[in-house]
Amino acid sequence: MQTLVAYVENKPGVLNRVSSLARRLAINIDSLTVGPTENEEIARMTIVAHTDAKGAHRLEASLEKLVEVLLAENISERSLLERDLALIKVAADQQSRPHLMDLLKVFRGRVVDVAPDSLIVEVSGTVDKIDGLLEVLRPYGVLEMARTGRIAMTRGGDLLQPPAAEPAPAVAAKN
Amino acid sequence: MKLTGAEILCETLERLGVTDLFGYPGGAILPVYDALGKSKLHHVLVRHEQGATHMADGYARASGKVGVAMATSGPGATNMVTGIATAMLDSSPVVCITGQVGSKLLGTDAFQEIDITGITMPITKHNVVVSRAEDIARTVREAFQIADSGRPGPVLVDITKDAQQASAEFDWEKSVPKLPAKRKRARYDQADFDRAIELLNTAKRPLILAGHGIMISGAMKAFSEFVHAGHFPVAMTLLGIGAFPANDPLNLGMMGMHGEAWVNHAIQEADLLIAVGMRFDDRVTGDLRTYAKSAKKIHIEIDRAEINKNVKVDSALVGDAREVLEQLIPHMEKKERPDWHGRIKEMKGDSAVRDIQSLPDSGHLYAAHVINDLWKETNGDAIVVTDVGQHQMWEAQYYHHNKPRTLVTSGGLGTMGFALPAAIGAKFAKPDADVWVVVGDGGFQMTMCELATIVQEKIKINIAIINNGYLGMVRQWQEFFYDKRYVATPLVAPDFAALANSFGIRGERVTARGDVVSTIRAAREYKESVLIDFRVEQEDSVYPMVPAGASLHEMIRRPNNPLVETATEP
Repeated sequence: MQTLVAYVENKPGVLNRVSSLARRLAINIDSLTVGPTENEEIARMTIVAHTDAKGAHRLEASLEKLVEVLLAENISERSLLERDLALIKVAADQQSRPHLMDLLKVFRGRVVDVAPDSLIVEVSGTVDKIDGLLEVLRPYGVLEMARTGRIAMTRGGDLLQPPAAEPAPAVAAKN
Repeated sequence: MKLTGAEILCETLERLGVTDLFGYPGGAILPVYDALGKSKLHHVLVRHEQGATHMADGYARASGKVGVAMATSGPGATNMVTGIATAMLDSSPVVCITGQVGSKLLGTDAFQEIDITGITMPITKHNVVVSRAEDIARTVREAFQIADSGRPGPVLVDITKDAQQASAEFDWEKSVPKLPAKRKRARYDQADFDRAIELLNTAKRPLILAGHGIMISGAMKAFSEFVHAGHFPVAMTLLGIGAFPANDPLNLGMMGMHGEAWVNHAIQEADLLIAVGMRFDDRVTGDLRTYAKSAKKIHIEIDRAEINKNVKVDSALVGDAREVLEQLIPHMEKKERPDWHGRIKEMKGDSAVRDIQSLPDSGHLYAAHVINDLWKETNGDAIVVTDVGQHQMWEAQYYHHNKPRTLVTSGGLGTMGFALPAAIGAKFAKPDADVWVVVGDGGFQMTMCELATIVQEKIKINIAIINNGYLGMVRQWQEFFYDKRYVATPLVAPDFAALANSFGIRGERVTARGDVVSTIRAAREYKESVLIDFRVEQEDSVYPMVPAGASLHEMIRRPNNPLVETATEP
């Protein structure tokens, strides 16, 4: 599994180009998240792909060939922080609810909705942590789940910022 | 100045230096055609939109400038797909402009509406829909910039009809391209550069693999200096032909599936390969597991995505070929390497014996004879535009190009039907050049409708059909790998000379070797286009041949006594 971060222009069709490229390279995407950045014209993607380092290099280099991709970087080998967020609707009645609450404490999950027969749990963390929580919730009956997919950021001073816009150079007609 | 979108488009193209464009009108592009009539642009009416894209491509390859093709929405646009993909695979700067239905109708399956940007996404370097007149000038300028920069490629601009009709302020100064600010990567680090120098100066059996990128970057001079500075032997890719003179003693010829035997052996024996502007395509490497196993590799390449894609390299110098070569040249130590050059010469001597040109004249007309005579008669100075198949390989083997951009051929996609329209484009790019089409009887029948374009435009092109009555290359594969079961390869063709006549073009037929030179000579002297139907040996094959997937040194060689099974009917 390889993790890439890309800064892209926040425009219609860009997501399509990115995912179409992965398809063309026969690389299966495990998760792809897109969100705005502090600059509203730029979005940030975290792409987690089923491939090896060579495939990740091709994906990274090919992504940067897309006009709307400002930067793509394989950060798999770097020290990084990864987070996934999940909303899990789990069956819960009078008897099971206290047990569930105890479990959630261990996983630092939060109950965000309570209904007579179910709860919605919000949990964030590494993929392993969420998978771990799911494992223990399953016996109670997981009714529905939504996960965001991973977002990732390199640690400390290892910054990955979008390239600064520069004034467009006057282009002489070459043709 | 207030202009309609259509007028803005024409004005922008003119200011970008466009003089000729190739297209076909239709409903959704009509406003542009109306404006074209009032502009200084010369529009070439094609007979099929695929032809328009090949013409723009041929124009681009012969000149190095951006070629422009135009079509209407729907089927006009989809007919361009093959031509766009051809340009993409061979990194050719082409801008395609398509009309689109009005922006209010987008996504409604309106008459002749098709999602052409969706269709062409993987076969363009970039594409874009424009639905506002005020965006046309900037977008088209951006398209030219993208098509022509870095590793070139086709760009498609789809303009809605309402954008063509609406009026907007046209201001050239304000419509400068505004492409997004991309990260600037360090091209390569010092360690890679130092390693390259060390490899170059210590190699005992170095060999350069010269590709298309040399021509694209205009690196011919730097490349020649580099080659002579290190006294390196040079092998050419198909698209690299012309980047380094064929008559230079250091030029060994073409590599790969139908490359010269001594070249492929030299690659396998080399201890250093220096790849310049080429991408280790499977047609030049053969089986990657056995490819140049004893060689270290240096890869000079502008596209970072090509590095380590097929062949793992020891030093990657990502950048423009000319810039990188110019940086390397001062560090080169001239080495004579007599053993290595002697070894190559020895291998070459062995191979030349099998060459068809060395065989006694049996009275049969071989394609190789035709190409060889064409080369001699044109002093190697013609722009030769080939199609795809056996004749293409024979051209590469027997026509010796000394100048860049004189061989125009579809390499990566291998598009049959390319030659005739691409030659028309090349002729517009180089009106004074002697342009020859070398095409098979199969490929010619795919786009022969463009003969009418030649006549309508009153241009002079010479067409040599290498007619063997088969889809020859496929037949060759059937002969070698399918026990001569010739399924769907015998090919009925019209009388090409008579066909040419019906278009108003002079047609000739040649069946004997003795008539080749005189017919070529007469065609060159004739002021209008001439088509020559060369009836060549039907079941001849291209040698040597590395079977697909085999190792590069495992070549099928021409038998000592070539099978002459059938003579063509006169």
